[in-house]
Amino acid sequence: MSERPLLESSGHSANITEWEGTVQELRGLVSPRALTGETMLLNMGPQHPSTHGVLRLLLELDGETIVSCVPDIGYLHTGIEKTMESKTYEQAITLTDRMDYLNPMGNNLVYCLAIEKLAELDVPERAQIVRVLLAELTRINSHLVWLGTHCLDLGAMSVFLYAMREREMILDIFEMVSGQRMMSTYFRPGGLWRDVPPEFIPAVRAFIDYFPAKIEEYETLLVNNPLWIDRTQGIGVITPEEAIAYGCTGPTLRGSGVNWDIRKAMPYMGYETYQFDVPLGEHGDVYDRFYVRIQELKESVRIIRQAVDRLEKTGGPFRSQNRKYVPPPRSELGRSMEALIHHFKLWTEGFSLPEGEVYVSIESPRGELSCYLSSDGGTRPHRVHFRTPSFVHAMGAIPKMAKDSMIADLVAIIGSVDIVLGDCDR
Amino acid sequence: MQAPLDPVDLAKLSLKDAVLDVVEFRGETTIVVDPRRIVEVCQFFRDTEGLEYIFLSDITAVDYFPKEPRFALCYHLYSMVYMRRLRIKVYLPGDDPRLPSVTSVWPSADWEEREAYDMMGIYFEGHPNLRRILMPADWEGHPQRKDYPLGYEQVQFSFNFDDIDRLKPYAKD
Repeated sequence: MSERPLLESSGHSANITEWEGTVQELRGLVSPRALTGETMLLNMGPQHPSTHGVLRLLLELDGETIVSCVPDIGYLHTGIEKTMESKTYEQAITLTDRMDYLNPMGNNLVYCLAIEKLAELDVPERAQIVRVLLAELTRINSHLVWLGTHCLDLGAMSVFLYAMREREMILDIFEMVSGQRMMSTYFRPGGLWRDVPPEFIPAVRAFIDYFPAKIEEYETLLVNNPLWIDRTQGIGVITPEEAIAYGCTGPTLRGSGVNWDIRKAMPYMGYETYQFDVPLGEHGDVYDRFYVRIQELKESVRIIRQAVDRLEKTGGPFRSQNRKYVPPPRSELGRSMEALIHHFKLWTEGFSLPEGEVYVSIESPRGELSCYLSSDGGTRPHRVHFRTPSFVHAMGAIPKMAKDSMIADLVAIIGSVDIVLGDCDR
Repeated sequence: MQAPLDPVDLAKLSLKDAVLDVVEFRGETTIVVDPRRIVEVCQFFRDTEGLEYIFLSDITAVDYFPKEPRFALCYHLYSMVYMRRLRIKVYLPGDDPRLPSVTSVWPSADWEEREAYDMMGIYFEGHPNLRRILMPADWEGHPQRKDYPLGYEQVQFSFNFDDIDRLKPYAKD
């Protein structure tokens, strides 16, 4: 085989020349049949609507069957990890929101947990409860967007409209606490940015009273819908062993029946004190992953109900009183010299963390989200690295599930894995 | 089920001189090992009964520039059976950082290693497909190295407008 570009051998590959040009580089990624033109190479994305962002998949097709699938990511790479190294710890929180834009509170949480672990900083109980509550609301928010878009991809348009309607209530709650609907930056090292407003608890109660009936509505529309079952059952199967080997986590892993949830296995923020179940699938197909997420919506409501009950009874500070890391309240600045000094230090230089490295994980809506934080003793992170579930799922799970399936089912597979490309490329 | 065993003791006993150092910090165990023997070490932690670190959660590359050894790789493992974590760390020299790939042990190491290669320029021997993953294929340099510039745009004033304009990468007539 000569080094000529594929363009000459098959008429459809003007975009394959972008794939680093020569056939040699595709060798090993696609089957030898593609190199002779026997199977067809086709790009799906990066602008395909069902790829939920800018994911590009190079598909090798034999008729309508996918022989191999090579993902290409990086279109949304914004260098967040690099940028964080030039910001103070506190400034860098705003960047974490922008990674997984459907899970901003979860990203804040994992980064703050890493700082708190390194600094051995305490978090008051009230802050812990609010964090759990908002993290679960974020999970519902993210699952609603997933549900809507997943159904839209498979042609069930009405679910999308319903899901967006309920999501609006959650975004209103986010706006109420943080002033922002999506990029909230509400969790700070040692607690929260400010206390929740008085109208927060009634709003959350109104939501959890309203929402369970809506979950049933989604279930009525989908769970026993023969069209939905035809499109999803037995599609994109991944066995438990494969799922573990390919690094799947979250609902993608639990859809295969592996009981693994970071909230249960390695609890953080007091999750061990809440009553909830971990829904599991059986077959590891698109339908089971869908069903696991629908059940997770109910479990999240359960957790929120417990959290809001506790929040009503728990007063006290909403952030740590450790002035080395947490700014003093504004009202003290006019009265206390120490408060003024701390405030000045924190907002100019920032706080410094002890030298060392930590690794913390949380259960994000998509799977295990981890933060590796290394400090050299200075006021800026030495190295931050996020292990994001979408990255692992896009590179591992999607090609694995797509192999030998039909091209029309690929849309269902991508949707069922629930990737967010901002999370994937960081 | 086999009772959980202590990874540090067992590693020292079985891997002997491959274990270079053990660090305990904030309740996390780090075992520093010899990079040449990383595949053997990973296989040991994955397959030994009583440890069973079957899940590779992440590979992080760290740059300690200008210190030497300059690079470090952290393999974050966890055991789903015993619900605990372990960090395996290797240090690599600044000139020509390379070590064997662990894709044969965990398939999920594939893209984590590609990311480390792309961002830090660490070469994994025996990796099936060591290409750039996040940056464009024709990108020069490895952006997450500490000596890689952040890339600020030079500010154009009236006195140097044309000089800077000439350097900008858009088409000119």
